[in-house]
Amino acid sequence: MNTIGKAFRFGDNIDTDLIIPARYLNTTEPKELAKYCMQDVDENFTDKIKQGDIIVAGKNFGCGSSREHAPIAIKAAGISCVIAKSYARIFYRNSFNIGLPILESKEASEKINQKDEIEVDFSEGIIKNITKQEEYQADKFPDFIQNIIQHEGLVGYVKNKLNQGVKNDI
Amino acid sequence: MGMTMTQKIIADHCGKTSVEAGEFVEMNLDIVLGNDITTPVAINEFYKMGANEVYDKDKIVIVLDHFTPNKDIKSAEQCKVSREFAKEKGIKNFFDVGQMGIEHALLPEKGLVVAGDTVIGADSHTCTYGALGAFSTGVGSTDMAGGMALGTTWIKVPEAIKVNVIGNKKTFVSGKDLILHLIGKIGVGGATYKSIEFTGPGINNLTMDDRFSISNMAVEAGGKNGIFPVDEKTLKYMEERKIKDWSIFEADKDANYDEEITINLDELNPTIAFPSSPDNTKDIEEIGEVKIDQVMIGSCTNGRIEDMRIAGQILKGRKVANGVRTIIIPATQEVYKQCIKEGILEIFIDAGAVVSTPTCGPCLGGHMGILASGEKAVTTTNRNFVGRMGHKESEVYLASPAVAAASAVTGKIENPNNI
Repeated sequence: MNTIGKAFRFGDNIDTDLIIPARYLNTTEPKELAKYCMQDVDENFTDKIKQGDIIVAGKNFGCGSSREHAPIAIKAAGISCVIAKSYARIFYRNSFNIGLPILESKEASEKINQKDEIEVDFSEGIIKNITKQEEYQADKFPDFIQNIIQHEGLVGYVKNKLNQGVKNDI
Repeated sequence: MGMTMTQKIIADHCGKTSVEAGEFVEMNLDIVLGNDITTPVAINEFYKMGANEVYDKDKIVIVLDHFTPNKDIKSAEQCKVSREFAKEKGIKNFFDVGQMGIEHALLPEKGLVVAGDTVIGADSHTCTYGALGAFSTGVGSTDMAGGMALGTTWIKVPEAIKVNVIGNKKTFVSGKDLILHLIGKIGVGGATYKSIEFTGPGINNLTMDDRFSISNMAVEAGGKNGIFPVDEKTLKYMEERKIKDWSIFEADKDANYDEEITINLDELNPTIAFPSSPDNTKDIEEIGEVKIDQVMIGSCTNGRIEDMRIAGQILKGRKVANGVRTIIIPATQEVYKQCIKEGILEIFIDAGAVVSTPTCGPCLGGHMGILASGEKAVTTTNRNFVGRMGHKESEVYLASPAVAAASAVTGKIENPNNI
């Protein structure tokens, strides 16, 4: 699977309150949440992006709250993928669980400029910078995480387990 | 190789004699927790998973604490969905307005979490229960759904940072100052994916409420959990609320730690996190004059009885400064009632503060104390991100209840020793 989009750059430690401010958490509706995505960093962010565009950020992306509304808002806003140097752990889990593609690449995070045209090959983890004619290799995810990706998220993964009758055995 | 305390609890809950850092395991869960923000999302995912019944009606806890008593129609709908789910599934530990408190103060108080437990909660501050010697960590709503369906969750066994606490606290220094100091030292990403294990002779000088504040904010350093060994104080706390048995785990002497940090309580002063990151910390003696518009004392970090007592001690016979809105929120009904019994509520009201029923409200800019542009607040909460408590141009300064109360009196960030 490949995706092509323009890069929108953010810095380090982009927290969940910036991704989706808590004042909008009185709904679970993805399209409603999407309207306010990144609002406190860039008021017009959702007007600027097109379907398939990509967020590129620094280290510790998604730090703060456990709100799944954060990756949901990003996905529903039309962002096809997040590329960052590193992620906060709950955001990392949540992204795989809900099926928001994320990639870790220090090189891509440092070299991609605002509005660069980026193509991502998810199966190989290859990030092509069409604008700069460069290519970066994203870090490989552990097998366990790849298994969740293959189930298209935790819902599929748990569904499979329930079908097999695997439950808590304390 | 030896295991850390966290690794031992995980190994015990996945039927293994040992686990290693970096390993992925499926872990059995003693408690799965959600609140009024995260549970509605989890309910949708729960049904999408093809689940119908929860794995154990006694082990799911739902607390309606964030936007309650409901601030608007949408929040009321969220609570309604959660309430109906709890009723339909026969969830025993469901806490609505009247019984509820802020979840991370409530669960330990009710004896629902004990040493040796594994807990996931769809709230990042679920790490609070490390204070009791439990392994607990925050997850998202889909993980909560998976936990409710299966009674297990996947976990990457964490590496650890050892924090050796020595010395004794000076007057008006608390667990909050220790954790702010630590976050300032290692940064908001300093413990990402790792457990923070507290140890050393100094922990004898930390009360349970100190430890709850410390474990609560482990996530602010990126940590998976923050855990304390079980000692006489933990045992006394659990005995007083006993509804189930506990298990005590200790780190092996040869456990491996990525990093070791020593914190000397003798040298620790009241510590403030300046906007807009919990790691932007300063010792109170190195800050200039910062005038404030609001003070908030409460939250899952600092809404417990000791927090109320110290605020009461400082506000007794004093008035809050002109123009400083002072909002005090005891974290649970029990804390609220105890404040009444001890006359603390009267002190607050006489001082010119307002006292609210338990709610997370203002901490996350929900309700009960939202900031306008350009306003500054000293709060005992846990996050001071841009826009966290209101307008994106408002500023949040994180501090202990003693500093917050002293600041309410003078109208600027104040060292309680100067009062």
